Amino acid sequence: MNNNETTAASKASKPTHEHTHDHEHSHLDETELRVRALKSLLSEKGYLDPEALNVLIDTYQHQVGPQNGARVVARAWTDSTFKQWLLEDASAAIASLGFTGRQGEHMVVVENTSDVHNMVVCTLCSCYPWPVLGLPPSWYKSAPYRARAVSDPVGVLAEFGITLPTGKSISVWDSTAEVRYLVLPEQPANTEHLSEQQLGELVTRNSMIGTGLPDPASAVSQ
Amino acid sequence: MTNNSAKSNLTATADVLRELPDIPRRDNEPVFDEPWQAEVFALSLSLHEQGVFTWTEWAHTLSSTIKEAQRDGDPDLGNTYYLHWLSALEQLIIDKNLGDAAQLNKLHKAWDTAARNTAHGLPITLP
Repeated sequence: MNNNETTAASKASKPTHEHTHDHEHSHLDETELRVRALKSLLSEKGYLDPEALNVLIDTYQHQVGPQNGARVVARAWTDSTFKQWLLEDASAAIASLGFTGRQGEHMVVVENTSDVHNMVVCTLCSCYPWPVLGLPPSWYKSAPYRARAVSDPVGVLAEFGITLPTGKSISVWDSTAEVRYLVLPEQPANTEHLSEQQLGELVTRNSMIGTGLPDPASAVSQ
Repeated sequence: MTNNSAKSNLTATADVLRELPDIPRRDNEPVFDEPWQAEVFALSLSLHEQGVFTWTEWAHTLSSTIKEAQRDGDPDLGNTYYLHWLSALEQLIIDKNLGDAAQLNKLHKAWDTAARNTAHGLPITLP
C-alpha cells in the first residue's frame, strides 16, 4: 500500500480493516463512466477511431494556439496588401498562412483604430476562432463574460486592466457557429523597426479577443 | 449573419454594475484540465468530420445544453464547460439515432461493474 492509499483510507469514516478490501478495486467516477459509455457506443457503431482522436487532441493541445493568430497580426502590420486582403476576406488570407478551420466557419477580422476598439464574445456558447487562437480560456466560456461583454464592455475591459482613451468607442462582436471574429489590434508605437517575427511576440491572445492590448513591454526588451 | 454591435454604455448606473459577477480568470491555464475533456472535445470534432452532424447543429445543441444547466442553477463559470459539452454530445448522438439513452445507461452500468471487478491499478476493460 502506498502513501496515497494510506491517506485516503485514513479519511474513511470508520477505519476498520474492511477499508483495505475496497482499495483493492478500481473506481470510475460518474463523468468517466459517461465518457466510457459514449466511446463504447460509438465503437460498436463504427464511429470511433482512437488514432484520429489522438491526432486531434495532440493538435489542439500542442500545435494550435494563439501563436497562429499572432503571425496573422504581425503579417498584417508589416504588409499592407496582406492587411487589405485580411480585412476583405479573412478566411482566405488566414488560410494562405496555413491556418484553416475544421468547422467550416467564416472568419471576419475587425480592425482596432484610434476611434474604435473591438471586442469579441460568443453570447450563446463559446464559438471561438480555433485555427488562429487555439481553444478558448475558461473566462471566455463563462456566463459573466458572455453576458457582461455586451451589457458592460467598459467594466469588462477595466477588469482586464484596460482603460481606453476618452472618445474611443467599443464595438462588441457576437461569434456564432458560422462567423468567428478576430481582432486586429493596433500596432504599438515605436515598433516599426521590429521584424515580423519580433512583432508577433508582442501580440497577446487577449489582444486578438479585444480584452487586451499588444504588450509593448516585450518590444522594449527586444 | 447575426453579429451584434453594441456601443459601450458609459452611463450605466453603478447599481447595475454592482450586481454583475466578476469574470473568473486564470493565467496560463492548460487547454484541458483533465484527459476526459480532451476526449469529448475530440469525439465531437471527429463525429462532425465523419458527417454525423453539422457544426451548426453542434453549436445549437451545446448552447441549449448550457442554457438548460443555467436554468438548473449552474453558475456557469467556465469550469463546467466540458460537462455541458459531454451532455450535448450524448444528446446529439441520441438525436442522430446512433444510439438511445437505454443503450448508454446499459454501457454506463457495464463500465461501473467492470471497474469494481478490476483490481486497483490494472486497466479496466469491458468483458
